[in-house]
Parts: sequence; structure tokens; C-alpha cells
Amino acid sequence: MGSEKPKADLLPGTLDMLVLKVLMRGHLHGYAIAQLIQQLSDDLLRVEEGSLYPALQRLEMNGWIEGEWGLSANNRRARFYKLTPDGRKHLTEESARYRQVTGAVARIMGFA
Amino acid sequence: MQAGSIWKRFRRRLRYWLNQSERQRLLWEEMEFHIESMAQDLVAQDIPEAEARAAARRKFGNMTQTSEDARVAWTTRWMSDLWHDLRYSFRGMRRDAGFTVFAILIAGLGIGASSTVFSVVNALLLRPLPFRDPVRLVWISNGNESTNTQTEHYSDLRALNGSFSDLAAFADWGVGNRELTGTGDPQRLTSVPVTGNFFAMLGVQPLIGRSFTAEECRGSYSAPPAMLLSYNFWRRQFLSDPGVVGRKLILDNHPVTVAGVLPASFDFGSIFTPGTQMDIFVPWPLTDQAKPRGNTMRIIGRLKPGVTVRAAQAEFTALGKQLDKQHPERNGIIPRLMPLAQHVSGRVRPALFVLACAVGIVMLIVCANLSNLELARLSARQKELAMRRALGAGRFRLVRQMITESVALSCCGAALGLILAVAGTRGLAHLHAFELPLLSTVQIDGSTLVFILLAAVGAGVLFGLLPALQISELSLRAGLEDAGRGSTGGKRHAWIRDALVVSEIAFACTLLVGAGLLMRSFLRVLDVNLGFQPERAAALRIDPSFRISRLAQQNSFIDDVLHRARSVPGITTAGITDVLPLRDDRMWSVSVKGQFYEKDRHPEPYIRVVTDGYFEAAGIPLRAGRVFTERDRASSEPVVVINETMARTISPGQNPVGQTITDYRRQHVLGLVVGVVADVRHASLEAASGPEMYLAMRQTGDYAAMQLVVRTALPPDSLAAGIRTALRPIDPNLPVREFVTFEDLVDRAVSPRRFLMLLLAGFAAFALALASLGIYAVISYSVNQRVQEIGIRIALGASAADLQRRIVLRTLGLAALGLALGMAGSRVLSSALGTLLYGITSGDPVTFIEVGTVLIAVAAIAGYIPAWKASRIDPMVALRSN
Repeated sequence: MGSEKPKADLLPGTLDMLVLKVLMRGHLHGYAIAQLIQQLSDDLLRVEEGSLYPALQRLEMNGWIEGEWGLSANNRRARFYKLTPDGRKHLTEESARYRQVTGAVARIMGFA
Repeated sequence: MQAGSIWKRFRRRLRYWLNQSERQRLLWEEMEFHIESMAQDLVAQDIPEAEARAAARRKFGNMTQTSEDARVAWTTRWMSDLWHDLRYSFRGMRRDAGFTVFAILIAGLGIGASSTVFSVVNALLLRPLPFRDPVRLVWISNGNESTNTQTEHYSDLRALNGSFSDLAAFADWGVGNRELTGTGDPQRLTSVPVTGNFFAMLGVQPLIGRSFTAEECRGSYSAPPAMLLSYNFWRRQFLSDPGVVGRKLILDNHPVTVAGVLPASFDFGSIFTPGTQMDIFVPWPLTDQAKPRGNTMRIIGRLKPGVTVRAAQAEFTALGKQLDKQHPERNGIIPRLMPLAQHVSGRVRPALFVLACAVGIVMLIVCANLSNLELARLSARQKELAMRRALGAGRFRLVRQMITESVALSCCGAALGLILAVAGTRGLAHLHAFELPLLSTVQIDGSTLVFILLAAVGAGVLFGLLPALQISELSLRAGLEDAGRGSTGGKRHAWIRDALVVSEIAFACTLLVGAGLLMRSFLRVLDVNLGFQPERAAALRIDPSFRISRLAQQNSFIDDVLHRARSVPGITTAGITDVLPLRDDRMWSVSVKGQFYEKDRHPEPYIRVVTDGYFEAAGIPLRAGRVFTERDRASSEPVVVINETMARTISPGQNPVGQTITDYRRQHVLGLVVGVVADVRHASLEAASGPEMYLAMRQTGDYAAMQLVVRTALPPDSLAAGIRTALRPIDPNLPVREFVTFEDLVDRAVSPRRFLMLLLAGFAAFALALASLGIYAVISYSVNQRVQEIGIRIALGASAADLQRRIVLRTLGLAALGLALGMAGSRVLSSALGTLLYGITSGDPVTFIEVGTVLIAVAAIAGYIPAWKASRIDPMVALRSN
């Protein structure tokens, strides 16, 4: 998939973690999640819509998030997601694991 | 991940999957919202609305693809693939209805037969006996598995041993013979005396009421104070009325209290006395001096925890020797221990093993046949498969598709098989004429269902695998090109199909040999010299309903009965006996006056108590001396008649007539030998008779039943009513009792053998039909493949006869190869028939030659039909077609 400008590719599994992390801030719909990830990463990470929705389905299937229909700011029907207790636990585990992996990679690369 | 969350996930997944289309719509709406929001943001950056929308949509990308990907989360890929494959299979089945029906039919027959056999094996060998902790129960016999033990030995063994937590016993002699009066018509009950602890030891609780009290176990043998009813008898006689407990019933003219009713799960008859139902259980007072003497007990013990049968056997062997030494006046005791389960099912184990092998072979033939058909279908479907390959189906995906198809087919077959198995087990469980233990518990249960499922999937994979692997060989171009022209079509392919046919013939050959050997054994058994003539002989039980107290009273009853019976028109002779051939037996130790025997070396003849006329009525020929007459009475000298084996035992090479026989302690004279008669097969048709001794009924009261035996000029069945009417004046209460022809007795004795033979013959016929079908299919396929070649040959002047000969020869080649393999296999397998054979060896040449002839003949016919068709091919048509 060619994109216009080089973007940082996400490590596999990181999208799930980012979505969970962003949802710590409260109930958000899909678009808001994508926007927030982009903003928080200073436009460096851009979430592909093609992978966001499958990821949301997957997370919901695993019982980590829960979606419910509500009204958006401009009064349109949208699906809002919130983190479940299971999801919170999973996020803690995932971030610990991620820290380990990136730490290890950084040590090898001599960044640290 | 914990089990709980897996379950939750599964439930969620199932829920999502069930309302797929709704979720799909919602996902779509969610994505539309996303695009809309993007467009709104672009509009906010002053981009015209239409342009913004288009840009947003472009940026979002392929919505269908995304939704497909998202959907994967809730319907895993293989699930939807399976669904597709199944739908595709069923479409294919509808298209190929003939093939489908045939495949389901033979798979169903195979699975039905094997699961019926499995349910029998399950009931007899796999399922534990219906007692508490049955693995610790041990069968304790004396010397050999079927010999009983004396009650005194039982009491001593019970007191002295350290291996068992308890021993209990039931009586083998005096079973039956209780008459119930006062509740409707008088009727004869089968009753079993059991020791007081019998039910407690087995762990059987009465359904209602209680077991025997210690008090009740000290009563008299002939008039027990209490009884327990079997569940079936309670249901039949008292219509499951719980009020019967506590009531007194009249048994043999004595009041007996009903202590309780045993549960339905405790089916004594089906476990210990296959073929006989037990009605009531009475306590066995071991203290009563009037109880029957001799070896009357069958003992069961419950091992203490941690004690092995082997250790207990060692202890009992020592105890037996010790008791023998201490009590020379008693019968010998050589305790022999074996697990109870082994005793119950041991006798039928070989037959079950043979049946299990047979159904296994049948299933293999079914699979080979279906495999063959699938292969034939495959060549017709080559184009379709090649097309699917070309459109991007992976090789693995196609293989999976093929296996899904075959499993789906065999599962449809399994549904049919289940119906057949239900019918089969129902039929089996109700075969009362049949002496198989636990037969009434044969049913389709959970484990049989699992077996059916496994058999279906296993068979499906097995017969789908070969064709599926063929797909990997499929070349794309060859497949897509018109396949009709390929006269060279797949050498490998042909090779595999030939191999399948050869294996089918080999398997069928094995089954045929097995069935043939059993059939010849069966005929040999029927040819056995029984020693009596079953044709036109019949027996009617006539025990008087009043109690006979004196020999004179008994003898006038006998005189009266015989006189009246002989005057019934159509009856040529009549006599009375206490035991019938092939049904009951008992044995005594005796001595011959003037001879010395070591302990346990006494002659042990089977004892029959008969009147004059019995030998003529049963058709037992006299060899020397005379038989009983009316003048052998209580007042005259006691006389006995012996059989030839007994004669050889007591006076080898001399005339035994004139010898005097006493009981083994030489205390009283049993009788003077006055005659020798032929040996009678009393135990079974197969086993040679042992020594036999006949006592004159008018001189003794020591017997348990009276059977009037008649020889008739008319079919015996038509005379039953006449005899009953003739006897009514003697004893108006004479119950309507069992009437049995001697042919029935023989029939019943051979029924297990005939049943096994018929089953195996059925399997063999099925196998032969499938194998000949396989031959036919392969030969016609190869003829069809070579239509053009044959056309050319005919055009070039090959004669029809020549063509036919070529094709038939090829068929016979296959058949001969299969036959050779099958014969070699049968030679090895048939030795497993072992004890089931009679009068022939497992390598019986006649059987092998006959089977070979049948198979070659069937193969020749199966091959001749396509050959005949081939010879009628019109060369012009053949050459013109494509």
C-alpha cells in the first residue's frame, strides 16, 4: 500500500494497545479514536481505517471493549466504545510487555 | 486463558455469528459515520462539500474489504469455509443423486452393523457390571470354572480367609421349582436361594422394603420365611404395586413374607444365568440340615482394598488343601478365582472378537468401495476442479473440500446407520431364547453415539483421502483441456483403482472364509449323534400341585399319568424324567461295589431319574441288558441303567450289567446295573457326553421336577392341549406349564452358533456384493476410457470373443491377486475362530476351495458384463465421438 508520505508503520499488535490506551480517556467513537491517536502522536502515527474497524471488532469480541450506540456532537448516530475491566487488565499487561520489547530493541540499537 | 473466558468468548462469537447480517449493517453504518465525520472536517477546511465527500471516501478505502476483514473477528475463517464446503457438497449430492443414495446406503449399512456390534461389545466387555465397585468382585469356583462348592466349605472359607471383605453365594441346584398359589392361576416361579449377605456384598439396595434379616436366614430350606421379588416379576405379577411388600404369599403351600423388591438395574438372570429370568430370591439357611447336599454353591467374593486376585488365589489354594485334609468326608475343594466380569463375559468373548473383526472388515470394504466410486466421480469432475484451481483455490483448500464432501456423505450414512443400530439393538435385547449374558442391557447409549460419530468421521476421512490426494496430481492444463480424448488417461489413477478392487476382494475373501468355516462347523454340529431322537418328541412339565409324601402316593400318580398320557390318540409312548437333555444337569460321585477309589477319583456320572417308557419316548437306544419296566418299584430291588461311557469307566472291556452301584461313601446301594444305553449329549451338542446313570423314578423321591416325555405320531405341538385335558382329572390344579418339543431344545442349544454364523454370512454376502460391484465399476470404467481403442481394434478385425476374453482375463487377474492375498490373510485370521469351530480345522481345505470358486465365479460375471458391452461397441460411433 503506497501512501503519499512516509509514515511510521505500527508494530503488530500495537494498534490494539493504542486503541485501549486512548479509550482510557472515556467513551469515544471510531473516528475520534483515529483522530486522537493521530494528534497524540503529533501526526506521526496515522491509523488506517481499513485496520481500525477490524481491530475494534476483534477487541470487542475478546471482551476488552464494549460498544454502544449514542449521539455524536453534531447529533448523528455513532457507536461509542468504552474500556471494560478485562480490557484495563489486558492493557496493563500489554504495555508492560511492550516496554520490555522496545527496551530490548533500544538496547541492541544502542539508543539507550 | 481461563476456561470461563473461553466459554464467554465462544458464546459471544456464536451470538455475533447468529445475527451476522444485523451486525454487518451496523458496522456499515458505523463506517459511514466515520466517512461523514472526515468529510465534515474537510468542509471545515473550506473544501467544497461534494469534493470533500469523495476525498473522504477515497481515503477510507474499500469498505467491503474492511467489513469482510472485520467480520473475520466473529466468524473465524474456517467456519465460513466449512459452511461453504458443506453447502457445495449438498448441491453436489443433489446433482449426483444416484451416487449419493448408493453411498449413503452402504455407509449406513456398514455403520449400522458396526455400531450394533459395538453396543453388544460395550454391554458385555466394556461397561462395568451393575454392582458397587465391581472390579473387586471375584468368582470363586471349584476345580474348573463351572463346578460348584459345598456349603460347609463355603462357611469355612468365609471364616478363615484374609483376602476378602466378604463372601456370598447363591444356589445352583434347586433353582426354580417354587409354586405360587393364591394370586390368580397357580404358577411356577424361578427362585434362587441366596446367602443372607448376598445383596449387601454386591452393593444392591432393595428398591422398596428391606433385605433378609439374620432371623430369616436361619429358617428352613424348603419353607423360607421371606422372599425378595425381582423387579420384572413385581411389575408383571403385581403391576408395580408397592403395597405387596409386607404381604404374605403362598409359596409351595407355605406363607412367605415379601420382604422387598429389587431394583430394575439388578438383573440377576442376565448376569449369572443367561437365558433364564429369575422371579424371586429366598434366603439360604446354611444351618438347616435338610438343605440339599453336595456341590450346590456358586460363590462370589469382594476383595479387600489392595488385595489382588493372584494373592487371593494363593491364599485360597492353601486353604483348599488344608480343608481337604481336615475334612476327608466332604467333597474335594480346589478353589479357582477369577474376576467376576471375566467369568460373566468370558464365554462369549471369542464370538464377540470375531464379530468385531468382521464388522471392521466390512467397514474397510465399504470405505474401499466408496473410495473407488469417488475416484470415478473425480475423473468426471476434473474439469470443475481444474476451473476452481484456475480461479485461485489453493491445493489444500480443494483437498479439504473433497474430505468435507466425503465426511458429509458418511455422516448422512451414519444417520441411517443410527436407525439401523437402534432397530438392531432393540431386536437383540429382546432375544430371550438366547444365552448371552447382559443381553437385555444392550442399547444405544452415549458411548455408542460417540462411536457412531467417530466411525462416520473416520470412514469419511478414510474414503475421501485417496481421491483428495489425487487432486494434488491434477494438472491445470490437462484438466481444462477436453478430458474425453485421453485414452492414456492417468496410469497411476488406474493403478490405485485396481489396488482398491484387489483389497476389496481380499477382504471379502476373508469374510467368506470365516463365514464358510462357521457354516461347515454348524452343519457338523447338526450332524452330531445326539443319542436321542428329537423329531416328534416333546416334554410337558407335570409336577403335581399337591405334596407327595410317600413313594406309594408318588407311584400311583406316575402310573395314572403314564396310563392317561399313553391313551391320548397320536401318542405312541410316554415316560417321565426329571431333567431334559440340553437343559438341566446334576452330578453325583458314586462307587462300584468291590472296587477301590482314591479320593476324588470316584466315577461322577450325571444323574437322571426316569420311568419306564422314557428311553423309548426320547429315542435313546438300548445297547445291552434291559431298560426300566413298570415292575421296578419301591418294593423291588433298586436298579440303574448306565450309558456307554459310564460302562467303559466302571468296567473297561467287560459287561457292566450285574454290577452294583453305591453312593461314594458306600453307605447305601443306588442300584444294580440292568442295562446300558447310548450316550446322550446332555450338556451341549459339541461336548461329548460324560458318564450317565439313570435311576428308576418309582424307587426314589430325590428329584426336582417331573417332565412327561411323549413320542407322537403327529406333530407334537398339536398334542399339547390333548395331553393337558387327559391329565386334568388326576390333578385339577395341574398348572398350565411349559410344553417344549425336543427339537426346540436342540434349536435353542445351537441358537448362539447359528446366530453368529448367520451374522457372519450376512456380512460376507454384503462384502461379496460390494466387491463384485467394485470389480464391475473398475472394469466398466476402463472400458469406457478405452472406447476408441476398442473401436479401432474392432475396425481392424478383432472378434467379439477375443475382446471379451481380454477383458474377462484382466478381471480374473485382479480377482486372483485379491484371492491370493485374502486366502493368505484368512489362513492367519481363521485361527482366531478357535473354539468356535467344530469338526474341522481352521485351514479346512474344502472351505477355502469353495470360497475361491465362488469368488472367481462372481468376479467373472462382474467382469463379463462390461466385456459383453464392449464387444458390442459400434466402431464407427466410437471413432466419431469427440
